[in-house]
Amino acid sequence: MTAVSFQSVSKTFPTPRGPFQALHGVSLDIEEGEFFGLLGPNGAGKTTLISILAGLSRATQGRVTVLGHDVQADFARARQCLGVVPQELVFDPFFNVRETLRLQSGYFGVKNNDAWIDELLESLGLADKATANMRQLSGGMKRRVLVAQALVHKPPIIVLDEPTAGVDVELRQTLWQFIARLNKQGHTVLLTTHYLEEAEALCGRIAMLKNGRVVALDSTSKLLQSANASVLQFKTDAPLPAALARLARVTGRIVQLPAHDAAEIEHHLAALREAGVASEDVEIRRADLEDVFIKVMGSEAPEAVA
Amino acid sequence: MTGWQTLFYKEVLRFWKVAFQTVAAPVLTAVLYLLIFSHVLEDRVQVYGQLSYTAFLVPGLVMMSMLQNSFANSSSSLIQSKIMGNLVFVLLTPLSHWAWFAAYVGSSVLRGLLVGLGVFAVTLAFARPAFSALPWVFVFALLGAALLATLGVVAGLWADKFDQMASFQNFLIMPMTFLSGVFYSIHSLPAFWQHASRFNPFFYMIDGFRYGFFGVSDVSPWLSLAIVGGAWVAVSFLALRLLRTGYKIRN
Repeated sequence: MTAVSFQSVSKTFPTPRGPFQALHGVSLDIEEGEFFGLLGPNGAGKTTLISILAGLSRATQGRVTVLGHDVQADFARARQCLGVVPQELVFDPFFNVRETLRLQSGYFGVKNNDAWIDELLESLGLADKATANMRQLSGGMKRRVLVAQALVHKPPIIVLDEPTAGVDVELRQTLWQFIARLNKQGHTVLLTTHYLEEAEALCGRIAMLKNGRVVALDSTSKLLQSANASVLQFKTDAPLPAALARLARVTGRIVQLPAHDAAEIEHHLAALREAGVASEDVEIRRADLEDVFIKVMGSEAPEAVA
Repeated sequence: MTGWQTLFYKEVLRFWKVAFQTVAAPVLTAVLYLLIFSHVLEDRVQVYGQLSYTAFLVPGLVMMSMLQNSFANSSSSLIQSKIMGNLVFVLLTPLSHWAWFAAYVGSSVLRGLLVGLGVFAVTLAFARPAFSALPWVFVFALLGAALLATLGVVAGLWADKFDQMASFQNFLIMPMTFLSGVFYSIHSLPAFWQHASRFNPFFYMIDGFRYGFFGVSDVSPWLSLAIVGGAWVAVSFLALRLLRTGYKIRN
């Protein structure tokens, strides 16, 4: 059964400068048990799409279903199936961690939930914070509580909106281990993130959004294959020749040049030698999701994906 | 507990955890009013024949405290949650607009009644109470608190910022309570203001409530019941509609 189905979803916001269309007929289906990644630059419409799914916002056109339940007409059953971790680090300062989780269980009509709450606290490394007031927690700890709150009613579908933004390595590890375990147990996971290496490592299938449209939708492995086969990477202080500068992705001293085959790599190296660019730490690596992302986002006219 | 009961319980905890601010402080304020006004006016103002001014003032102060605190509870809870962003935890749940309504109005009525009871308890030291028609006391206490709690839901949903909420409170709620006859009988007013007071729904809440104590009032308690009850139904209709459509909370 389809876990989440977006059907021609459009969203227009009124703004002081006139209406702004954040989503243009987005359609995509996520099957049960998938670990699905939703990628795109800031403002691409990821959070808008998730807000419509979660009932925090309404689609201007189109419809969204969760395990067959329409998120508007049958919102109670749809929301019962969803566990949403919001992007903003919000909390209720009146309560401690355990109270927060008990209340959240109660809203979903789950009674006597302490065993599961304890398991959540344990799995997310919150056990020793159970009686701490939400105000006293660090940002990372608050983020863990957000995750626990989303899972408190054991939803079959977990939605994480940039859960690792500004989060330290330890929490990322804990979080991904836990989410991967839940996914293995059959939970469907929908993830948005800016960390492409995370998406590459975790997601079986990925959709890329740009300006409110789906510009790529495929399994992670197919997307990786679609990219240029290799990347020539090196460090340099010298300016690149114009022909190469157009192709290159430059991060500080690190330059990355996409290449289809060995001949193109040789061609790049020859161009560097001619221009007298001294390079160090030269390596050739396989294209990663970031290369795919940049290629997809850079293309002028986004190809329509059915 | 079911979903709405949990939300109700959370809303009660929210004010109860800071009861010193939300219950004790308004009781103190009301007692200060009583001390000062009864000191200044006890021998100068005559209302309802034999009744002492202090005795007359007590029900008005109790009602005023209930109204203000019922309103303050739902409105400030909603606007704080909206601004802090933690309303999202309730927005993500399957709770219906009826559940929201029951929880926010119910908890605010409870706070209003607790404050009212507190004010009443303290005033026992100053004036001997009378209960001529006790059922009216309960009817108007509940209806008045419910009307203001519901109005608080509407204001809490409507306001985007704390200063908008403050203007709602300072330019609508406060004048209407003060001009409703808490401190005087409208029969002591010039004809024009007597007439004007009859357009203030708050007047009927306090007048009807007072009838429960003294068995005398400026208008019939049945008229007050009809007006206050009608106003509550109308405001509830509006509040439920705003909650159902997600006015300003689900864009």
